[in-house]
Amino acid sequence: MNKMSLASRRKLLVKNFRHTWQLLVLVSIPLLLVFILNYAAYPGLRMVFMDYKPAKGYDGSEWVGFETFAKVFRDKDFHRALKNSIVFNVLGMLVSFPAPIILALILNELRYPRFKKVSQTILYLPHFLSWPIIGSVAYTLFRPSTGLVNVVLRNMGLIQEGIPFLTEKTHWAVTYLLIGVWAGMGWGTIIYLAAITSINGELYEAAMIDGAGRWKRMWHITLPGIKGTIVTLLIMNMGRLMGSNFEALQVFDNSQVREYQYQLAIYIYQKGLSGNRFSMSTAVGLFQSLVGLGLVLLTDWMAKRMGEEGLF
Amino acid sequence: MSKKEKEVKESIAGDGSRAINKFRLGDGLMMFIIVLICLTCILPFIHVLAKSLSSNSFVASQQVTLWPKGFTTEAYRRVFQDDTMIYSLFFSVGVTLIFTFLGLTVCLCAAYPLSKKELPFKRVITFLLVVPMYFGAGLIPTYLLYNDLQLLDNVWVLILPGIYSAYNMLVMKTYFHSSIPDSLEESAFLDGASYFKIIRYIILPLSKPILATLGLFYAVGRWNSYGDNLYYIRMRTDLRMLQYKLYLLVTTATEAINTAAEEGSAVTSTPEVLQAATIMFATVPIIIIYPFLQKYFVKGAMIGSVKG
Repeated sequence: MNKMSLASRRKLLVKNFRHTWQLLVLVSIPLLLVFILNYAAYPGLRMVFMDYKPAKGYDGSEWVGFETFAKVFRDKDFHRALKNSIVFNVLGMLVSFPAPIILALILNELRYPRFKKVSQTILYLPHFLSWPIIGSVAYTLFRPSTGLVNVVLRNMGLIQEGIPFLTEKTHWAVTYLLIGVWAGMGWGTIIYLAAITSINGELYEAAMIDGAGRWKRMWHITLPGIKGTIVTLLIMNMGRLMGSNFEALQVFDNSQVREYQYQLAIYIYQKGLSGNRFSMSTAVGLFQSLVGLGLVLLTDWMAKRMGEEGLF
Repeated sequence: MSKKEKEVKESIAGDGSRAINKFRLGDGLMMFIIVLICLTCILPFIHVLAKSLSSNSFVASQQVTLWPKGFTTEAYRRVFQDDTMIYSLFFSVGVTLIFTFLGLTVCLCAAYPLSKKELPFKRVITFLLVVPMYFGAGLIPTYLLYNDLQLLDNVWVLILPGIYSAYNMLVMKTYFHSSIPDSLEESAFLDGASYFKIIRYIILPLSKPILATLGLFYAVGRWNSYGDNLYYIRMRTDLRMLQYKLYLLVTTATEAINTAAEEGSAVTSTPEVLQAATIMFATVPIIIIYPFLQKYFVKGAMIGSVKG
């Protein structure tokens, strides 16, 4: 087909060249949007080298070189936000990353198709719920005095006083991380389940004939079969080491837990929109996205050195 | 114990074919784990639903778990009497519908030309359209830009910035490459059809599954997020979307817990029953359409995972 169509395709191209302007017209719509709403904001980044004052604007504000960055790196709030972001993201990754893999392995082993389908439908549900919904339901469940979880634990005699799951910083940290795992786990299985279906079935048959049990098949066939997917997702997750989910953090904000809840996304929001420290906020934002980009490239390079496919 | 021993023996002796049909302890264990996790996804909502339908006194004395006590729809009546709530619901639905329609249109305008080999400057255009996915200017420069564009406190700030999504564009492009054979379009070209005609009569009818999928991505994304509401809608309370209102309710309610804990006094915030009813009011639209959406979502997530 290729041989035959090469000549005719070229003819087609020439013939239709007068039509390609139509494609350009179409694509100009998203291009225009991107230029007006995204690229037009890039020059604003120059404020990281300025002491930006809203009243003076870009032209009137003073150039200060790297002074903003120096100020940021001296800022105690920044240290706290950076520490929290890294600690929470590392902990989050340790639990959030393996969870969907394990869940996908279990789902893959389920016997009854109907049971599997129904449970998948239920497991995907949290992905469709907004953070305000998840947050408000969590507060209803975990309230120290009247929350269902505390009431049940108290009635069972396991505790005397309600546990402040979301209103004391250490408890909050654990609860917040676990809610994050819960919310992302089900949806995260899809990509692994898709990868599992593309594993050659004969491998399993051969392994069974050789007497390999379920766990051995999981370990020696399924896991190696989805290794590429795992590495790709690990790379993508690396980029988020600095970032955090602003909407989730903001919903679970309250005055008792600020010490841990205060992460870079919150810093950027509070310094910028509430505190009018525009240059500092932008500098931290830039720092965050550059470090994220750097980490992605680094992990990608490492994955390639280890013989995996990588992202780019 | 003996049952387990028997199984171990069987699994050692058993050949592959028999193992397939035998239900074993491992299966039971795995089903048990799955059921447990599923319960954590369902029970919280049943609990909130039960609370929302109970009378205040039973809720206050912590007697409501999964079934309403002192059944009453009073709380819902109050939610529905709250005009700002109803207004917000319709406003959110309207914004979501417009957002979804425009989003799909823009997505098509980007994905179709980029899936064509004959598009001039294809590499440059692709680059320009993908970069914003990896690198944004950040909150403040964006905020100032929207200020200059007079988008702050403007309903379009909830729509325009999100309608072009590089991710959705790539998903749609992948679909065009994999699911619509070139030969179909080529024959149309030979008949002298324009690209607009081809999109209208060939591409659109063949793209229904992907349009459904991405439409749902757009709709659910818009419906659920409140961050832009918080950032860019500062004064106009009439532009608050439902999830943002729920967010405001959550944060004031939790502060109330804290002050109550500190002062040891009774809280005069929104009663829990009313809160529960409001949560359900914001949740139910999603839960109702969820079973219908789910298969499209899964499809989309799979296409997206093929090549991001």
